[in-house]
Amino acid sequence: MKISQVGMLRRTVAVAVVAGIAMLRLAAPGMAADEEPIKIGILHSLSGTMAISEVSLRDVDLMAIDEINTKGGVCITKGDKKTCHKIEPVVVDPASNWDLFAEKAKQLLLQDKVAVVFGCWTSVSRKSVLPVFEGNKGLLFYPVQYEGEECSDNVFYTGAAPNQQAVPAVEYLMSEEGGGAKKFYLLGTDYVYPRTTNKILRAMLKAKGVPDDNIREEYTPFHHQDYQQIVQKIKEFAAGGKTAVISTINGDSNVPFYKEFANQGLTAADVPIMAFSVAEDELRGMDTSALVGHLATWNYFQSVDTPENKTFVEHFKAYAKKHNLPDADKRVTDDPMEASYFGVYLWKQAVEKAGTTDVDAVRKALYGMEFKAPSSMVKIDERNHHTWRPVLVGEIKKDGQFKIVHRSKGPVKPEPWSEYTNPDKGCDWVDHQGTYQK
Amino acid sequence: MINRRLLSACAASLWLAVAPARAASAGPPEMAQQLEALASDDSDAQRAAVNALAESGDRNFVAALEALRTENLYVWTAPDGARRLVITREKTTVDGQDAYVLSEAYAGTPLHDASGADVTAKSDTLQEVSVDRRLRAVVAVALERLKLVDPDPTVRRAAAKNLADKGDVSALPALAHAFDSERARAAHAALEESYNLLKLLAPGDEDKLAAVTRLEALHSTDAVPRMRELQKGAATPLQAAVARAVDSIQRWQKLTRVIYAVFSGLSLGSILMLMSLGLAITFGVMGVINMAHGELMMIGAYATFLTQNWFQAHLPASFFGAYFLVSIPVSFVAAGAAGYLLERSVIRFLYGRPLETLLATWGVSLILIQAARFYFGDLTAVTTASWLSGGIEVMAGVQLPYNRLFIIGFTLVCVAGVYVLLLRTSVGLRIRAVTQNRAMSAAIGIPTNKVDAWTFALGSGLAGMAGCALTLIGNVEPDLGQNYIVDAFIVVVTGGVGKLAGTVAAALGIGWMNTLLELVTDSAVMGKVLILALVMLFLQRRPSGLFPPTGRQVEY
Repeated sequence: MKISQVGMLRRTVAVAVVAGIAMLRLAAPGMAADEEPIKIGILHSLSGTMAISEVSLRDVDLMAIDEINTKGGVCITKGDKKTCHKIEPVVVDPASNWDLFAEKAKQLLLQDKVAVVFGCWTSVSRKSVLPVFEGNKGLLFYPVQYEGEECSDNVFYTGAAPNQQAVPAVEYLMSEEGGGAKKFYLLGTDYVYPRTTNKILRAMLKAKGVPDDNIREEYTPFHHQDYQQIVQKIKEFAAGGKTAVISTINGDSNVPFYKEFANQGLTAADVPIMAFSVAEDELRGMDTSALVGHLATWNYFQSVDTPENKTFVEHFKAYAKKHNLPDADKRVTDDPMEASYFGVYLWKQAVEKAGTTDVDAVRKALYGMEFKAPSSMVKIDERNHHTWRPVLVGEIKKDGQFKIVHRSKGPVKPEPWSEYTNPDKGCDWVDHQGTYQK
Repeated sequence: MINRRLLSACAASLWLAVAPARAASAGPPEMAQQLEALASDDSDAQRAAVNALAESGDRNFVAALEALRTENLYVWTAPDGARRLVITREKTTVDGQDAYVLSEAYAGTPLHDASGADVTAKSDTLQEVSVDRRLRAVVAVALERLKLVDPDPTVRRAAAKNLADKGDVSALPALAHAFDSERARAAHAALEESYNLLKLLAPGDEDKLAAVTRLEALHSTDAVPRMRELQKGAATPLQAAVARAVDSIQRWQKLTRVIYAVFSGLSLGSILMLMSLGLAITFGVMGVINMAHGELMMIGAYATFLTQNWFQAHLPASFFGAYFLVSIPVSFVAAGAAGYLLERSVIRFLYGRPLETLLATWGVSLILIQAARFYFGDLTAVTTASWLSGGIEVMAGVQLPYNRLFIIGFTLVCVAGVYVLLLRTSVGLRIRAVTQNRAMSAAIGIPTNKVDAWTFALGSGLAGMAGCALTLIGNVEPDLGQNYIVDAFIVVVTGGVGKLAGTVAAALGIGWMNTLLELVTDSAVMGKVLILALVMLFLQRRPSGLFPPTGRQVEY
């Protein structure tokens, strides 16, 4: 064989291989070639004010990916051919900066070409990346409880809608079991989540016959530290009638508030505080002495007693130790972490079911997809992109864990549009185009 | 491990079944049975036991009930296999395992072994007695009833108050008895209020009328909604009395609100003053725009946190209350040293170049924040020493928290100290000389370099102490300084750069204005917005602040 012929042959083979790969790609759009890893994006703040909360979500995302990879990765069966792909995380740091969130999301989708993104915590960061995902056919898993009133085709919401957290929490407080509260002090940080949540709660309380005089609403700026007068007002408001405080106070204002509350002589037995933003991860570093006995409502607590949760907690502690995360021996799991964790698994199952990472196919596969999460069985709703989850009320204990005092009967159907504030609206991506008028 | 836990759970239920036969706790035998029933798996049995203990009127049961409420009540398997109800106290470590020091469940007396040493138990020999929310409510009432006979008047007083809140008329005889035999004055008033509050619910009109009159005299806020309730459908004389009483109580309420607002303003002002004091020296006196000032506060806060951890790790628990006093000088030295380094390594090259100083120190602040985040990881908070928790009730409806009173006192001491140092000592004279005219000071032999460094260290140390004091109110976190830095600059600028008196006046003024605006607008957000607007307007009118610098100054 002449040298030139060898060259020809090589060239032909090369062309054939390239063509073959190209055909494969055509056949399965968005699918990576055999054995090639699937890239997924992780969009959580690793610096700035939100790092305190979001770093844990990155950790748990990476842990879920680790678990999946050690078990062989995402396995897709095509005909009788089964190919397994490792997941390759692309971690970016939007630094608690809302504009940077959009920029980093764009980078993940267009430059890194990730198949899916797990990310965001605050509603404002989600709102800022929403147009990016919608404009570039991306897919986002959002793991935090939020105010609802959103229904995007490019987002799957694994955290609670208001009817899975705020509303049942207040129903619990009004019940005999929860102390039969008659008066409600709605206290929050001044931004969209507390305001929308309180709007829903006010409508709900009204519907249940609580007079306006028995509801107070109050907001404080971010990082507010001086709760003297507010606690004094709560004291006056609570005079002569079973009162509960509904707190949507965010982040670092919590400790000053609870401390002032205790120092002015109010106790959980007299006036319980029900919080929607205080979970195990926030309590980890706090001085809990002033918080013991107060309440929180979530869809998961570390103290949930299931075999899945036991493994989850053990894995996470081991993962933290192995990767030398700060404070590894004190790490805990909480609701947004669980939602991040099972989000990764739900996506994996959907890709395996769809046989591709193509967003449209994965989305279809996700409708009705179930997974045995640490808290219980969870399910992506068949129509509205939100997740069926159980509702749990917990009492804060001195070790920063929760004692579960009430739980819903099974997973609760998510309603992004509250029946109290938007009874005429619904969210449906099967028979309608997202939000529709009932 | 799992097996052992399972075994001990089985053993526990077995033991509970035979518990009454083996009275393991001291105290009257029939009561010992009830005490042990607290550990029952059946919450109805638990509730019955709690009520029986309350009925007994024996204060020795308070310890066990309190422990039950706070989840410190455990069933302990002693090394000899005996099982008994115990209360856990301090946490320690035995053979590298968590362990607790134990007390007797009856009366809560510390348990001692034959040699008189404290008995400790490893956590795997202890089984928590479970308590749910409903049982906790029952325990709360029982505790209050037992506390009515407590020797401490403040305890008796709190107990009566809680009983009235619970609105259980069956407690009326117990309260009446307690009220009759009460000798302490403050407790007497509280018992009287509670007794009368409950009496409002009594059947007879005459009783009600007497209660209304008494409650009016006591300025009882709690009585207002109940009286309003009573007013509906009451006889005319009662109705008139109620209307009068409600009116008078509400006037009193307004007064307490004003008094509390004055205190809040003072407290807020003292916090502002404390955190601006260091800045008043570094920025005010030296003219250095130090954007890392907040991070020096953060260093002080973390120094407090580390001191606390050291106390927890190395000293017996009884010393813990003292950690805060030790942490004050520690945080001063830590932040002062950091400030010294900052001055020597960065700022001294930038004197007279405010823009560069601003940028450089801002960079330093970002580095410090992220360094703290890397090292300490997350949100941490120090445990407030028990002597700084709670508060003192100065009049009906106004309780002043100890931590805030402490900060007010601490601020006074700091301001006085700085005043004396700057204006009454030779060190202060040098500092003022250097900042007023560097060249002339150098010419007469003052080591200006050294003075600069130490002055900056002093300002930084004050920031550290402010950070230490702030741990009493909030958390310790990497961004701690960011929350306060703007306020601190506002105070110093409003007060007049370079004037200590200006800082003091501005801090108090802003503190009071802020609380007043919050009170008037009834919104913390509006209060903050308005105070910023006011400061802006004020600085437009008087750019050099409340106390403008006088005399000749050498511009760099």
